[in-house]
Amino acid sequence: MTDSISTLRRILRECRTVAVVGLSPEWHRPSHFAAKYLQEHGYRVIPVNPRADKILGERCYASLLEIPERVDMVDVFRRSADVLPIAQQAVQIKARCLWQQIGVVNLEADKLARASGLDSVMDRCVKIEHARIFGGLHWAGVNTQVISAKRPH
Amino acid sequence: MAEHRFQPETLAIHAGQIPDAATGARALPIYQTTSFVFDSAEHAASLFNLQTFGNVYSRLSNPTVAALEERVAALEGGRAGLASASGMAAEAIALMTLLQQGDHVVAAGALYGGSVSMLAVNLAKLGIQTSFVDAGSPEAFAAAMRPDTRAVFAETLGNPSLHVLDIGAVAEVAHAHGVPLIVDNTVPSPFLCNPIRFGADIVVHSATKYLAGHGTTLGGVLVESGKFPWDNGKFPGMTDPSPGYHGVKFYETFGDFGFTMRARMETLRVYGAALSPMSAWQILQGVETLPVRMERHCRNALAVAHYLRQHPRVSWVNFPGLPDHAQHELLAKQMRRVDGAPGGSGLLAFGVKSAAGDAEGGKRAGVKFIEGAQFMSHLANIGDTRTLIIHPASTTHRQLDDAQQLAAGVLPDMVRMSVGLEHIDDILWDIDQALAQTND
Repeated sequence: MTDSISTLRRILRECRTVAVVGLSPEWHRPSHFAAKYLQEHGYRVIPVNPRADKILGERCYASLLEIPERVDMVDVFRRSADVLPIAQQAVQIKARCLWQQIGVVNLEADKLARASGLDSVMDRCVKIEHARIFGGLHWAGVNTQVISAKRPH
Repeated sequence: MAEHRFQPETLAIHAGQIPDAATGARALPIYQTTSFVFDSAEHAASLFNLQTFGNVYSRLSNPTVAALEERVAALEGGRAGLASASGMAAEAIALMTLLQQGDHVVAAGALYGGSVSMLAVNLAKLGIQTSFVDAGSPEAFAAAMRPDTRAVFAETLGNPSLHVLDIGAVAEVAHAHGVPLIVDNTVPSPFLCNPIRFGADIVVHSATKYLAGHGTTLGGVLVESGKFPWDNGKFPGMTDPSPGYHGVKFYETFGDFGFTMRARMETLRVYGAALSPMSAWQILQGVETLPVRMERHCRNALAVAHYLRQHPRVSWVNFPGLPDHAQHELLAKQMRRVDGAPGGSGLLAFGVKSAAGDAEGGKRAGVKFIEGAQFMSHLANIGDTRTLIIHPASTTHRQLDDAQQLAAGVLPDMVRMSVGLEHIDDILWDIDQALAQTND
């Protein structure tokens, strides 16, 4: 698993298009919070949800394989047991990062992603890590562990 | 690359504050504003829905206050912090976020008087019962646990009893019942002890004391460990849609800082005991020097304890930093070492001898000592740069009769001292000349 601040910073800078697998259309679901946050911070969000047509103004796809454009990050909001096929598809579509959300931990998927040259993050929230590293989370009193004398950009 | 682990001396200065994004200011700016503008209606909606992090109104969050919150969370090795108008407010916010009518608390018996009142009187009025138990007996905590118990509350170092809590043993009792241990860590400060390391789930501080250190500013902070499993079925308020914040599920949405977010959005927001930005800034001026101050407090207090023990006008000395104190071993297990010995913080208690030798004589001798001091200040605070003294039997506990005072650990001849940062020779001189006036 990859979770030093410097690696997470690189991942969140490099990945600009994020396929959110299991994105819910309900505003109060964590996946919706995270995706909306990503959109507001300049990321392109592509929902993967076979049971919806449009979420957050974006067309939904039934699976990663159907997405007609390049995907940088695959962000997974599914049960841990269901992640391995998603990881296989992430490798197939040449994503750069497999990101399993808080509470989602599939070690086999993690291993496959890393063996295939992808960055792999588990049990973390993409929104929380972005806010931790690029500001915002600090305002919620969270211990970001950022110690620096550089002005943030 | 492995993350570098910063020491408390560095965290006390840097954690929670990088140069200001807008101006590049190196020192912490004071954001003295009640409110913050929204970029658009959409931005406002997402802030209110907690979908983006940001500032709305200083009763909820403020960038200057946030620096204090993150710094204390970092010093405690916790996940997140929440500041409040005083230490009592921090404790109230922690308890009122967790508890509701019909819940039960198990608390250490020899707590700070204000905490006893909150539990025994104020929360009791809301239908929350507390059982007080012997702070020295993890078995007593276990025996008092009930199916409706939802929190265990204790102090790392009791004030004024100076009782040392076995944090690990009491945390084990709480966790065996699926409830969190809340520890008031005011007296050791996060420099000497981090209760989360030993199993505490929530730590509360009166930042007014050692954290600020200058005796000028009131404030409090609560810190969440990020390790408590709130989805164990006992805390529906953490897992179910919040009626207090339009349906947000705090644990699911914010994970290991869900408790802090809930405390902020449901309790601080509604009851309003927010810390002012100016106060947060003043407290942070003190926090930067916490490690050096605590070392000196410990050193001076140990020297005072040794001095008092051999003084002919002193009958007893209670300071857990003394090597033969009954709980010294436990202190050694939980506290940072200062000069090679476990740091005992700056609080101690002692008895003044009287000619009569009875309770009345002891009380008179204690009062004479207080009145005879030249620069040691007679007041009710602790953790100041100045040496502070008080005679509990004639002041803070005077409304209690002798038997009640004894039960609260207050002896008639007892003087409590918060040893300050003056030169040790001068402190010992003032003690000696004041003791000389107790027997005329």
